[in-house]
Amino acid sequence: MQTILVSTTILYLLSTVGYFLYLFLQREVLHRTGYFLLLAGVLLHTVALVKGTVAAGHLPVKNLHETLSLAGWALAGVFLLIQSRYRIKILGIYAAPLVALVMVFASQIPRATAVSENIFGSAWFVIHILSVFIGEAALALAGGVGLLYLIQERAIKRKKRGFFFRRLPSLDLLDTTGYACLVVGFTLLTVGLVTGFVYAKAVWGRFWSWDPKEVWSGITWLLYAVLLHERLTVGWRGRRAAIMAIVGVAVLLFTFFGVNFLFTGHHGQFTRW
Amino acid sequence: MADIVLIGLNHKTAPVELRECIAFNPEQTAEALDGLHQSPQISEVMVISTCNRVEVLLVADDSGICVPLVKQFLANFNRVSLGEFEPSLYVLQNDEAVRHVFRVAASLDSLMVGEPQILGQIKEAYRLATRKKTAGVILNRLLHRSFSVAKRVRSETGIGDHAVSISYAAIALGRKIFGTLEGKKGLLLGAGEMAELAVEHLISHRIGQVLVANRTFERGMALAERFGGRALRFEEIGDCLKETDIIISSTGASDYVVTRDMVKAVMRSRRNRPLFFIDIAVPRDIDPAINRLTNAYVYDIDDLKEIIEENIEDRQREAVAGERIVDEAVIRFRQWRESLDVVPTIVALRKKMEGIVTEEIERTVGGLNHLSDNDRTAFKRMIPSLVNKMLHDPTLFLKGDGGHGDRAVYLDMTRKLFRLDE
Repeated sequence: MQTILVSTTILYLLSTVGYFLYLFLQREVLHRTGYFLLLAGVLLHTVALVKGTVAAGHLPVKNLHETLSLAGWALAGVFLLIQSRYRIKILGIYAAPLVALVMVFASQIPRATAVSENIFGSAWFVIHILSVFIGEAALALAGGVGLLYLIQERAIKRKKRGFFFRRLPSLDLLDTTGYACLVVGFTLLTVGLVTGFVYAKAVWGRFWSWDPKEVWSGITWLLYAVLLHERLTVGWRGRRAAIMAIVGVAVLLFTFFGVNFLFTGHHGQFTRW
Repeated sequence: MADIVLIGLNHKTAPVELRECIAFNPEQTAEALDGLHQSPQISEVMVISTCNRVEVLLVADDSGICVPLVKQFLANFNRVSLGEFEPSLYVLQNDEAVRHVFRVAASLDSLMVGEPQILGQIKEAYRLATRKKTAGVILNRLLHRSFSVAKRVRSETGIGDHAVSISYAAIALGRKIFGTLEGKKGLLLGAGEMAELAVEHLISHRIGQVLVANRTFERGMALAERFGGRALRFEEIGDCLKETDIIISSTGASDYVVTRDMVKAVMRSRRNRPLFFIDIAVPRDIDPAINRLTNAYVYDIDDLKEIIEENIEDRQREAVAGERIVDEAVIRFRQWRESLDVVPTIVALRKKMEGIVTEEIERTVGGLNHLSDNDRTAFKRMIPSLVNKMLHDPTLFLKGDGGHGDRAVYLDMTRKLFRLDE
């Protein structure tokens, strides 16, 4: 189990190297190398997760080590899907290192199993976890695309076409991709929250218990809801949408980590270390 | 071995007045090919004539005789005295001539390094030479090599990547903003050669519709008709900004034609779709403050010129990598030419035959266990005499000029027949 995760991490790191070499040298073969290394990493990672699920009898999300690993898997997987649809080759330099970093970070955390309540077995739980993680991965990518958009827009506005100008795709493609990530991410996040409510009702007997994680997830959801609403009604696009997507990622990260370190609540144990 | 010779002048050695006098149109080129090929000294010849160069490429047994001959031919043919243009001529031979052809085809020797037209012009010149049957084994090979060198240089270096004209630079920027220009709406304000060229480029990128607004409505109508678009009154510009995506402006107005407030007013009804202004006019037509609005981009003539200068520098840097590809190709071509010599061809042919005979005899003899050692030696001795007998006539034929004139044809044929180059 341990060796599989270590190999996965190494694949992600190598993929990162491939993408960075591609950034500088612009050789198609390097991009392909990065892509296939990441693909191999995701496949191996999937094997590890399936094994972990079988061994534990439920999704392996009992401590920070395991949740981070799942987050890394979701991020890499969503990136590959986005990549196959929109072909923003350069996005790899955001996604691959992020995934690798998450995995390295995860491997440094002691994996003492936290309290083992019998709350993991339900289908609601599985849907809740998967849709929240995959949705958040898509939103994290939306932030990455937003960052690329800002860089490219700045280059065009300032008429200083530096290192990135020719390496980044058109503003239109970046904006469209960001929008797609946002729609997918928001939809899954919504599904995740709803199943979370249903599940909470089943386990604790109430939909909403003012748990800090719940509150912050609600805030995150509202933020993205506003962004999506503005896009659909007044056609917010480009710079403003990109900045919002980046702010969204910051809030998302706080919801994921910050809440657990600063507050206590019934989500705390999943990210305890 | 025959020499490859190139005699010519180009934009670096001769001013345009001189190049005009020497240039050949296609009919004249055909005529010149016939004239030059009549000379017994010249076994193969082709003529490349573009607005930047006139070059005669030929294969001759004795370059010492044919160089003055060709120079005189150029003078007589164009009715110019030789003294007038002789100082501008360059004469290159063998490796240097080969390198030059490769560099020209790869657009490394062009006035605008990396411009793509030259390859087509060379292909055309070569086609004419093949039709006139003045290109033989060596020119065929040389030109085909030069096409693949040009292709390699183009695909492996960034020599053709960067736009080096105002309208191309504008298109490249547009594509960085919109991704594709297909279906976008363009608006031409005013008129002018550069602006009209830019609109034509937009149309070739399948832009959706072109609107034209001109102070004189009739002039606008004429232009709109030419671009298959629609003419507008000048006062309608503000409204029309709601619809269009790319605005090319080139009016003689002394004030801004499009102001920041005009753009700001339409942004909401455009649902913030990006607007790209290309301002070619001096004094400027488009308020530069528009560039500070979100989703609006303004490039004026100086911005575009700056891009072009950067791009030219980039191309020159990429050209260095192109030279390396050319160097490799020159060496390979020399190796091929050397192989066309009689001795290496005969040696290679013998080696191939010996290999086949030895292998077959050994296999057969190896299976016959009843043979004595003497028998085996006898069989071995048979090998060289068999090869000698078989190759006697071909060897004589190749050494003796192959009967008619061009030995290279037969050497090349021999190498192909027996696959000696693998």
